[in-house]
Amino acid sequence: MLCQECQQNEATIHIVKNINGKQTELHLCEKCAIKKEELDFSFEPQFSLHQFFAGILEQGLQNSRHEQDVANLQCPSCGLTFAQFSQVGRLGCSECYKAFEKRMKPLLRRIHAGTAHTGKVPLHVQSRVKQRRELAQLKDKLKLKVENEEFEEAAVLRDQIRDLETRMQEGQKDLLDKGEEN
Amino acid sequence: MKQGALNFSRWMAGTGPDNDIVISSRVRLARNIEGQPFPCLAADETTADVLKQVGDMVSGRNGFIDFSFQPMEEMSALGKQALVEKHLISPLLARGVKNGAVLLSRDEAVSIMINEEDHLRIQIILPGLQTEEALEEANRCDDQMENILRYAFDERYGYLTACPTNLGTGLRASVMLHLPALIMTGQINRFLGVLSQVGLAVRGLYGEGSEIVGNLVQISNQVTLGQNENEIIGNLNSVMRQVIEQEQEARQALLDKKRAELADRAWRSLGLLKYAQVMSSQEAIQLISDLRLGFDLGLIKTVDHKLLNELLVLIQPGCLQLLAGKELGTAERNLERPVQIKKALHRFQMKE
Repeated sequence: MLCQECQQNEATIHIVKNINGKQTELHLCEKCAIKKEELDFSFEPQFSLHQFFAGILEQGLQNSRHEQDVANLQCPSCGLTFAQFSQVGRLGCSECYKAFEKRMKPLLRRIHAGTAHTGKVPLHVQSRVKQRRELAQLKDKLKLKVENEEFEEAAVLRDQIRDLETRMQEGQKDLLDKGEEN
Repeated sequence: MKQGALNFSRWMAGTGPDNDIVISSRVRLARNIEGQPFPCLAADETTADVLKQVGDMVSGRNGFIDFSFQPMEEMSALGKQALVEKHLISPLLARGVKNGAVLLSRDEAVSIMINEEDHLRIQIILPGLQTEEALEEANRCDDQMENILRYAFDERYGYLTACPTNLGTGLRASVMLHLPALIMTGQINRFLGVLSQVGLAVRGLYGEGSEIVGNLVQISNQVTLGQNENEIIGNLNSVMRQVIEQEQEARQALLDKKRAELADRAWRSLGLLKYAQVMSSQEAIQLISDLRLGFDLGLIKTVDHKLLNELLVLIQPGCLQLLAGKELGTAERNLERPVQIKKALHRFQMKE
């Protein structure tokens, strides 16, 4: 196939654009492609993740029945409002995640693979998180045993869960005591 | 940086697995300090405090031996620009956010940005396809920092970040690839759509919003929550394997059909790099790509990956002006560029 522009060189660059369902094809040699600056394969010249993200958020705002209430949602810790967040796409502090949680969840679902962290845990919370994950596993097992009417095993699990819960409560208390000392 | 000398970053060595296609692998972790507002909303005293904590940590060593701590306010504009061009700091940090700084390892494989979008951005760049190794190194730095600092973390949401797109692991892994054959044959378009479906993003040489030049493409993960670090890296790597294979096939097909033309192009590129008198960065970057392809196909042997990476960096405006030792306008840079390219080629020949 010859280049559509110069009709001399072989077309080595094939561009198919689909804009609002209207498809256009371009077959160019490299030289003409450079001239036409069609070599830019990025999605958009100035694509910004933040803007894109803020766009989604604003849409969410418009669709909301309690538009004004949502916009006025404010983080008690840093004072950022949800409306401000929608515009810049960035949060003010770690408390914002709690303050905007209801609005944030659908969004997280859309941009991530889930809404629960399954990765690395900082050293200072490792034991706590490990205990929680263990507790959840034990409870799952207990449910299964009860369903299968294996009550003896269930009783063992129940004791293990109680043990773990007591240990966790003590740990929590230790942490609080330490906090007060500081 | 002194006049006439360019610090080599570790990735520029051009070694590592799949170095005929993969230029470098980068991993970064976004972290914030517990109880402090994120930098964009924080008062100057807060960011100053974060800066001081990290500064104290470094001066107390704490495993950060052979690191230099450079506050942005103390750096020249050119020095900052050169770090951006070597991918060691972000344009945002270089633009001069309040109390910004970088903690840089001597071999420039580790760069930790302070008070960028998040309080800390731990970044590792290694040559070739070494995402797993980079993650390991990042985790080591992360653990060291944690000895001193306490991170903002939520059990459900993971590491809390200023932008929800980084929430969870705070991990962004990206691979810089040289894909001349896929781009020349137009096959790259097929990939772009598929990549976004598997949670990956494609960008040009300089990240978000930058266009693809010199056949250099950056591919990175988008998802940071709901997958753990190993899953994220594993996913990226398996897709990279596909892209690398496809590029290899496309190169072989080109080589079978257009061997003479490709060799001609590579040698002409070398000729222009050696003898041209005026050169834009756009032209230089394309010539370097053609030369790299010729070298990787075994059609030209008088260069190597380290030299090609050095050229790729030194033709950039900031590095060029640093090498020249003075500020230059666009037209002056187009005159200086061939001078510095010739010098680098000459140095390389002397060593051979």
